[in-house]
Amino acid sequence: MTDIAAPSPGARRLGLSPDEAAARLRRRHAAEARFRAYGIGAIALAGIFLVVLIGDVIIKALPAFTEYRLTMSVTPTLEQVSSDGTTDPQALRGGDYDAALRAGLQQLFPQVTTRALRRKLNNELLSSGAAMALRDAVLADPAIIGHPVTIEALLDDAADLYLKGLMTGRRQTAGQGQAQVTVDGGTVLLRSTAPDFARILAGIKEDLRGQAAANRREAARLAAAAAATSGEGQREALSRRIADFEAKASAAEARAANAEAPETLTASRPSQLVFINGGIVKLTEIGAAEARGTVLVPLANTDAAPAGRWEIVTLTQPEADRRLDDQVIAWLENLKQRGLVSSHFATRFFTSGDSREPEQAGILGALVGSALTMLVTLVLCLPIGVGAAVYLEEFAPKNRLTDLIEVNINNLAAVPSIVFGLLGLAMFLNFFGLPRSAPLVGGLVLALLVLPTIIIASRAALKSVPPSIREAALGIGASHQQAVFHHVLPLAMPGIMTGTIIGMAHALGETAPLLLIGMVAFIVDVPGSITDAATALPVQIYLWSDLPEPLFQAKTAAAILVLLGFLFIMNGLAILLRRRFERRW
Amino acid sequence: MTTMPNIELARAATAGAAEKAATKIVARDVNVYYGDKHALHDVSIDIPEKAVTAFIGPSGCGKSTFLRCINRMNDTIPICRVSGRIEIDGRDIYDRSLDPVQLRARVGMVFQKPNPFPKSIYENVAYGPRIHGLTSSKAELDEIVIMSLKRAGLYEEVKDRLGAPGTGLSGGQQQRLCIARAIAVNPEVILMDEPCSALDPIATAKIEGLIDELRENYTIVIVTHSMQQAARVSQRTAFFHLGRLVEEGPTEQIFTAPQDKRTQDYITGRFG
Repeated sequence: MTDIAAPSPGARRLGLSPDEAAARLRRRHAAEARFRAYGIGAIALAGIFLVVLIGDVIIKALPAFTEYRLTMSVTPTLEQVSSDGTTDPQALRGGDYDAALRAGLQQLFPQVTTRALRRKLNNELLSSGAAMALRDAVLADPAIIGHPVTIEALLDDAADLYLKGLMTGRRQTAGQGQAQVTVDGGTVLLRSTAPDFARILAGIKEDLRGQAAANRREAARLAAAAAATSGEGQREALSRRIADFEAKASAAEARAANAEAPETLTASRPSQLVFINGGIVKLTEIGAAEARGTVLVPLANTDAAPAGRWEIVTLTQPEADRRLDDQVIAWLENLKQRGLVSSHFATRFFTSGDSREPEQAGILGALVGSALTMLVTLVLCLPIGVGAAVYLEEFAPKNRLTDLIEVNINNLAAVPSIVFGLLGLAMFLNFFGLPRSAPLVGGLVLALLVLPTIIIASRAALKSVPPSIREAALGIGASHQQAVFHHVLPLAMPGIMTGTIIGMAHALGETAPLLLIGMVAFIVDVPGSITDAATALPVQIYLWSDLPEPLFQAKTAAAILVLLGFLFIMNGLAILLRRRFERRW
Repeated sequence: MTTMPNIELARAATAGAAEKAATKIVARDVNVYYGDKHALHDVSIDIPEKAVTAFIGPSGCGKSTFLRCINRMNDTIPICRVSGRIEIDGRDIYDRSLDPVQLRARVGMVFQKPNPFPKSIYENVAYGPRIHGLTSSKAELDEIVIMSLKRAGLYEEVKDRLGAPGTGLSGGQQQRLCIARAIAVNPEVILMDEPCSALDPIATAKIEGLIDELRENYTIVIVTHSMQQAARVSQRTAFFHLGRLVEEGPTEQIFTAPQDKRTQDYITGRFG
């Protein structure tokens, strides 16, 4: 008892001089500071990645959350909207609502008379969804037939993209001098007192010089290749091409050298639109002081426009490289000037199913599909998973069979999800003959996927309940089952919930097994039951990401945001449940 | 250390009459095995009714193991095997026809570490009567809960907060709550496995006083590491060593005139 204080004979005294001790201390502090710095660095790096990732997705998704609509007046006549001249809903359903819209558009642009232009006006401005919206309005209230009604028609995705500034760069410069307008046959001649056009011309000349230089370089490269080659025929072919490039370069140089010579604007150059006197002129030929162009939107008059009252709009993406030509853009610009197009929050994105038309495509179908799938998964997984965990942890005899089951459950948790998809395809679709693409089958497959996770998490939660609680219950005469269900299970519930929700969140983002059981189909209707064909959020993202339209790219990002939002909500719920029900003892 | 037990023996002696009381529990040739380990060798003991019997002995000597045989708590350990015979009121508790759950309602248990359920004080006490269907109405249940808390000497301290969580009480109060919970099902025997080892001296004193009161109605078997405690609260004492029951007899005799050398060594503090 008392020999603790006495030094034991074998102990060596630690002899450190004060300097050595201080040095050791410094080294230890430095090591601790270094370790802390590594930790902060790692966290900061992860944070930056996360911010960049989410920020990028949000920026890409923003265009999907707004849509442009055209406010227009239409008068749906009975002849147009009814297939048999009655207001019978069946007849109204088969009506030609496009005709009513066409008439409305014609009213907006009465000057458009040629057949080709009218077709362009009818086809390229409005979404096909506009006619459906009008049909729904007429079906809802047939009394509006024959009367002018103001509707907000959804614009086509290309028009929508242009207005959002995603189709082409747009540079607007106010006219510096006074502009005179002369109508000259089918074209308009514009003359400015200031070098407004000269600037553009100088830009074109600069481009020409660049082209010439590029041609020269190419010619030089070919010449070097020709010098190196031995074949006579090959050399001849090369020399022809060299001559060709040289000629092009010389021509471009000649044009560039003559600074005053007018240039023609082709579709492969940025378009120049002149907004003047309420109309829009597209420049086709440009000189130092004057420019010639065709009228896209008629001018109100041919008065001279003072400086600052007219402007030149440059569309940096050449007409040949974009989906909308200058004519449609001019109409859109004109509508915008008249205050008829406006941006709205795209509730459609959350209230409609998928569509071939990007402006009409919504997430609701996938959302409901995912929700139904998750419902099936949860209904299957929670009772089976928790039941299996309770049995294995609390009641099962410890023998070889239960050991085998345990090892296999742990192995199943590591099986790639696509294997479960194949299993689902073979079992549920081919053997049991369940419907393809249905949330029921998706839920079954995901349940298989999530079960091991839930069982493992639930067993861990059950194991972490202190044995004293079990003993307390048994000690006052509770049966084993009562002890488990009255005391152990409630205490394990937060852990089980957390495991379940994390497993469900995992299942929510799972794509591969759903592809195999056919939930990858293009489905427009919002599913109404678990046996309807449906798709799921991650599959919808996958489908949209594959489509070329820029608006679908935006919708892909928006769908990712929706999915992430769901995951955040689910994980938040898991944390909340744990906080709320966690009990200390 | 060596003179300690004598201080408290006077009180134990006054209760010496209990020796003549009827025998409640009879154990004969009880052997317990944990897998290959032979934990308890041929224990035979008679435990008197309405008296406190203390089991003392060094750690790992088998006293808790034997205690847990009396209400068949060892059944919950899969590798544990019990042979021999234990009778309560002449009935073999290891009989096949006897339901261990039923037995545990008759033989309550209080554990080393206070282990109230993470529920309200009321629910802690009401749980036993509820699962055994002892009451038919809420009023009856309330009565049982209040009575049990009163008997456990806890009622005055918690009567205003029966809805508060039992885990929020102090250690001594929690242990008294566990005792109230045990007596709420009206057992005949209460087993206590080192009930004061996690408590401070004041809480210990309260529990000891409580044990002294409870022996009027219950047969109490207590395992303790503290010889003072055994001397203070028990009428009979059994000394276990290395899985064997070395000596058993009236407390005063064990502490003043032990028959066995090992008992003497233990109570005088030479080992343990």
